[in-house]
Amino acid sequence: MILDCRGRRCPLPILDLARHIGEVSVGELITVEADDPAARPDIAAWCRMRGHEYAGEVTADDGTPAYRVRRLH
Amino acid sequence: MGAYLDAAAGAPLHPVAREALLAALDDGWADPDRLYGASRRARLLLDAAREAVAEVLGTAPDTISFAANGTQALHAAVAGTLAGDRRAAGLVHSAVEHSAVLHAAEAHVAAGGVAAAVGVDRVARVDADEFAAACTAGVAAAALQAANHEVGTLQPVDEVAGRIAVPLVVDATHVLGHTDVPAGWSVLAADARMWGGPDVGVLAVRERTRWRSPFPSDEREFGRVPGVPNVPAVVAAAASLRAVEAERRELAQRHRAWIARIRDTVARTVPDVEVLGDPDGRLPHLVTFSCLYADGEALLTGLDRRAFAVSSGSSCTASTLEPSHVLVAIGALTSGNLRVSLHRGTTEAEIDEFLAALPDVVAEVRAELGAAGL
Repeated sequence: MILDCRGRRCPLPILDLARHIGEVSVGELITVEADDPAARPDIAAWCRMRGHEYAGEVTADDGTPAYRVRRLH
Repeated sequence: MGAYLDAAAGAPLHPVAREALLAALDDGWADPDRLYGASRRARLLLDAAREAVAEVLGTAPDTISFAANGTQALHAAVAGTLAGDRRAAGLVHSAVEHSAVLHAAEAHVAAGGVAAAVGVDRVARVDADEFAAACTAGVAAAALQAANHEVGTLQPVDEVAGRIAVPLVVDATHVLGHTDVPAGWSVLAADARMWGGPDVGVLAVRERTRWRSPFPSDEREFGRVPGVPNVPAVVAAAASLRAVEAERRELAQRHRAWIARIRDTVARTVPDVEVLGDPDGRLPHLVTFSCLYADGEALLTGLDRRAFAVSSGSSCTASTLEPSHVLVAIGALTSGNLRVSLHRGTTEAEIDEFLAALPDVVAEVRAELGAAGL
């Protein structure tokens, strides 16, 4: 699943992530495409606080950073 | 109701500073370097202020120069120490220095120099061995803050100083007047606003430390800060420092207890909060935490509506869209960030009121974002 959070300012991307994490199966990845620079530290911090795995950063076709999160529970 | 809890952005003017400022506006207005009575009176006041600051820092008066403000002192400290070495061009600094140090580093790089940032752990502390190891051949200066301005963690300044051969520039902005100043500095910068003085920067350069003015220079302030010093402000800054030093231990003890209480209470009464910085090796008067699903600007607005003044390292709360480099360096949540810092006028009743108001403010902001139940 890919969440398009372009133009959404923090903390909105992690709110979007929290709302949709339940829609992927445990062990599956959810990707957040976000252009707010605060999304990078905040998504990693959210994973730590919520017990999910931060699976790193890739880049969307348009160059927007895309953060991958693995649902662990 | 309400309280000013942003002392790390500048404490309210100390009553002693106000009194000294008013007196010095009458007696110390003249240029201290002229040959007439009014000038001699200004010179006496300036010299006495310098001696007072030197005594607190445990150094000789002629190592102290006064700058317009803390930022200018930090710029001069970093740039002047780099300029003092005509062969090496490297600067080593921690990743969590104040932006004034980082701006000086950027200017150094733009002018052809080299700068390297040393990373920190989860509480924002550098490892002394790692920092010292970065100070290799080719490095002209190292810069390390005495305490982090955002999360309050003390840095191992003296351990680093004992391991390196290059001059160590120490940003003492948030320790002076609050806790012991580490002795390991070669060049030191401080800001009188942090101890209830007016805008005055302190630049101290130890004997035998190579330092060369990075500005066009004149004979003022031992050639380190050009232009006529603001004598009344300097007199007020020194008077305030002396007064604050006299009550420092008692005040620090009180602040430490209140900060510990804020750390515990916030963690208990605000759901999904991360309290940042070292719980023990820290400044006595400052605490920082980040609230999940809340934005810093809305928190500041909600607190301001209840007349509480604090600050935030979240993005969109300053002139930049970038979150605080300190929060990023320690891997902390950057949204919903708040820093609370105490001054000598802070009362326990103010702490009580703040702690009572905070959970509601956070809950309001979260409700507005639709974060309930997430």
